[in-house]
Amino acid sequence: MANSYDIIIIGGGPGGYVAAIRAAQLGFKTAVVEREHMGGICLNWGCIPTKALLRSAEVFHYMEHAKDYGLTADKFGFDIGAVVQRSRGVSGRLSGGIGMLMKKNKVDIIWGEATIAKVGEVKVSDPKKPAVQPQNPPPKGTLGAGTYQAKHIIVATGARPRVLPGIEPDGEKIWTYFEAMKPAAMPKSLVVMGSGAIGIEFASFYRTMGAEVTVIELLPQILPVEDAEIAKLARKRFEKQGIKILTGAKVAKVEKNASGIVAHVEDEQGGKQAIAAEKLISAVGVVGNIEGIGLEALGVKIERGVVVTDGLGRTSVPGIYAIGDVAGPPMLAHKAEHEGVICVETIKGLHTHPMEKTKIPGCTYCNPQIASVGLTEAKAKEAGYELKVGRFPFVGNGKAIALGEPDGLVKVIFDAKTGKLLGAHMIGAEVTELIQGYVVAMNLETTEEELMHTVFPHPTLSEMMHEAVLDAYGRVIHV
Amino acid sequence: MPINVLMPALSPTMEKGNLAKWLKKEGDTIKSGDVLAEIETDKATMEVEAVDEGVLARIVVPEGTADVPVNDLIAIIAGEGEDVKAAASGGGATAPAPKAEAPKAEAPKEAKAEAAAAEKGYGVNPGAAPAPAASAPASSGGRIAASPLAKRLAKEAGLDLAAIQGSGPHGRIVERDILAAKSGGAPKAAAAPQAAAAAPKVAAAPAPSMSDDQVKKLFAEGSFEEVPHDGMRKTIARRLLEAKQTIPHFYLTIDCQLDALLALREQINAAAPVADGKPAYKLSVNDFVIKAHALALKRVPDANVSWTDGSMLKHKHADVGVAVSIPGGLITPIIRDACHKSLSAISNEMKDYAARAKARKLKPEEYQGGTTAVSNLGMFGVKDFAAIVNPPHATILAVGAGEKRPVVKADGTLGVATVMSVTLSTDHRAVDGALGAELMAAFKQLIENPMGMLV
Repeated sequence: MANSYDIIIIGGGPGGYVAAIRAAQLGFKTAVVEREHMGGICLNWGCIPTKALLRSAEVFHYMEHAKDYGLTADKFGFDIGAVVQRSRGVSGRLSGGIGMLMKKNKVDIIWGEATIAKVGEVKVSDPKKPAVQPQNPPPKGTLGAGTYQAKHIIVATGARPRVLPGIEPDGEKIWTYFEAMKPAAMPKSLVVMGSGAIGIEFASFYRTMGAEVTVIELLPQILPVEDAEIAKLARKRFEKQGIKILTGAKVAKVEKNASGIVAHVEDEQGGKQAIAAEKLISAVGVVGNIEGIGLEALGVKIERGVVVTDGLGRTSVPGIYAIGDVAGPPMLAHKAEHEGVICVETIKGLHTHPMEKTKIPGCTYCNPQIASVGLTEAKAKEAGYELKVGRFPFVGNGKAIALGEPDGLVKVIFDAKTGKLLGAHMIGAEVTELIQGYVVAMNLETTEEELMHTVFPHPTLSEMMHEAVLDAYGRVIHV
Repeated sequence: MPINVLMPALSPTMEKGNLAKWLKKEGDTIKSGDVLAEIETDKATMEVEAVDEGVLARIVVPEGTADVPVNDLIAIIAGEGEDVKAAASGGGATAPAPKAEAPKAEAPKEAKAEAAAAEKGYGVNPGAAPAPAASAPASSGGRIAASPLAKRLAKEAGLDLAAIQGSGPHGRIVERDILAAKSGGAPKAAAAPQAAAAAPKVAAAPAPSMSDDQVKKLFAEGSFEEVPHDGMRKTIARRLLEAKQTIPHFYLTIDCQLDALLALREQINAAAPVADGKPAYKLSVNDFVIKAHALALKRVPDANVSWTDGSMLKHKHADVGVAVSIPGGLITPIIRDACHKSLSAISNEMKDYAARAKARKLKPEEYQGGTTAVSNLGMFGVKDFAAIVNPPHATILAVGAGEKRPVVKADGTLGVATVMSVTLSTDHRAVDGALGAELMAAFKQLIENPMGMLV
């Protein structure tokens, strides 16, 4: 039957399209339903376009500091329109690539919005939600509205920005990441509400490009999921760059006026202040897209706004699966991708294990970059481990000095009893590209011994990863 | 084109073998039929013959290498007129070092299997529990795949890695396996009969109560010599442990008077034609026992069976395995269809088997299978013992010494006769008590009236 599939995946984001390719590899007849953009938020309005923006900011930053490298750059500046255009171009190119990957793997794309009518049946209607503009062009040769059968249905509908009551984004003065990613003009001042990865990346981008930026965080620490020591170092650097940071503070009310907004902020001690700015970016997290799919009617178990699964993608209803943001935190593209693969392999009957969430790395691409995996020092202590903690500062590394990046830290946390690598936390230049070394080590279950015996190339930033391990055991060389 | 010499499969079930010895050196000229090397499996040593001609350009796997997977590159032969050096290096480039290749080689195989399964139309079953693929054994011979953390945790907990089933990629033992073994008390391997049934070959040695290190600690250092197990020792340990743990044994012992048999044997041996100063045959008591056991099974065919979970295999031939003690272990070559062979044929076949068994030159088809077995320790003066059934057999006959014993004769008076005790061990799933007794009665009848074996 033409409309019949082994697996239909609802959502073409990083979880959905990767699951589709894996399903095709395993011989399943597969289709993906997408209503707006192949590649999802990640590729169209998240991970990828923000990296393009931040790259522009980084190059701009280097031009500002050209003198430090013996270079002259007297006349330089930026055209925000061109910066945004480049970002959109990067995103569009990759989105088109996903269409080609689907074609290559013989995965059908069904364009529209899906509801699960019953187990085994997906109804697709034309998209009701207007696409965020500018929209990357949909792939050619997609199927349209209709009823489709599937033995297995995977919900991979992702997430959307969380909205705080009274501070609803209007697209004009109160932004979400959608608007923050395509400013028509550079705002002179900004309030960023929330200091998670999204908030901090935008704060970093806009500050580097010259805006006055104030970050307001409800919790006592910015980057709340990161290790406290790293977050503290980050805060120091941000403040040095001129970002104002208020922690333990709450945006009680936002007033709009002709020139922008006024954010009324209350701190824990009851202190109040009003901060005027041109724009406010609401970056207080994301919530799963669980509505309108028919999950409630099917009796799929939902808790705290996300679909409950068994860790292998199976929901409480046989034949219905969920992966990625909609299946719960951490809401990261690479977590979604991996869950997609596990889910499909479970359907196939392969030997799978639930993902270990302590082994999922996290990266924030602000300046300085932040990357981490595993437990923070506080969490590790809380879990009852006796710790061996090692640190190595960028200032002790030859390559870092040559790069002109002497600020940063690599920190590792071991279980003193077994030598198990519990966590690794880094801040500084290029650390997002370094963290994977520790992630591999963790997944191979190496102990401190193998890491010590590993030869790290010289001169590289990676040598700090070696030194930090040595430091944990009192054997550090270069400090 | 240089010719790649691959590790041969000496039997359909062989997965790996030891490269015992190279009989040719690099640079030697090779003719078709030349013996290149000796390969050792768990029970036999076999010769690898050249099929092609040329010069042995490179030996890839050195002699003494254990557990070389079947189809791994072991040597490269340069064909006629080919540059030996180029062949040696060229072949090497296309064929990576076998050790490194071994794990890699598995991945595409698995992928292929998946693809094949997919093509056959995988039965999709919504919500079905995933059938975990039987994980490969972590141990392939000596080496156990385990993560460094798992090794350290196992050491601290005093767990033997060999007894733990790995759940990581390619059966690698990882942290969670150790934690499970610790909390479960016993290693998973022993606690999961289903997994063992699904993959009988996997069945690792079940949980020893003590780890190797713990056992060693019981003896003063230097007070023992440690001899690592060879393939045969491991096979014996694995198979007999499995047999004794999974087969419900029971035992039937009877005494047979041998005087008539001994007299007949003397007559027959005296009548043997002599060629080149040697008699054409010299029958042993054991040859009679083999024949009698085979004939008895023929007369009681319900006892000539093998147990499988689904059915009973009723054999049409009585193939008798005969335990042969050899240095470092034992092996049971099989006299096929023994009931239809003459005593002299059985006798000569046994002599050939025994000689080749001691040299470990038996072919797998000569010792695999069989429908029953005989184990004779009479020559050591053992009066009576019980043997362990060797599956797929359902019975094994343990034969004691023929010795002069007082007997009560038919007329009620005491006398002396040569008596031999035999004990039949039986798999009760396949052969019940009365059936076993019937078999023993038939055996006794044949042994005590040996002329019946000549017709």
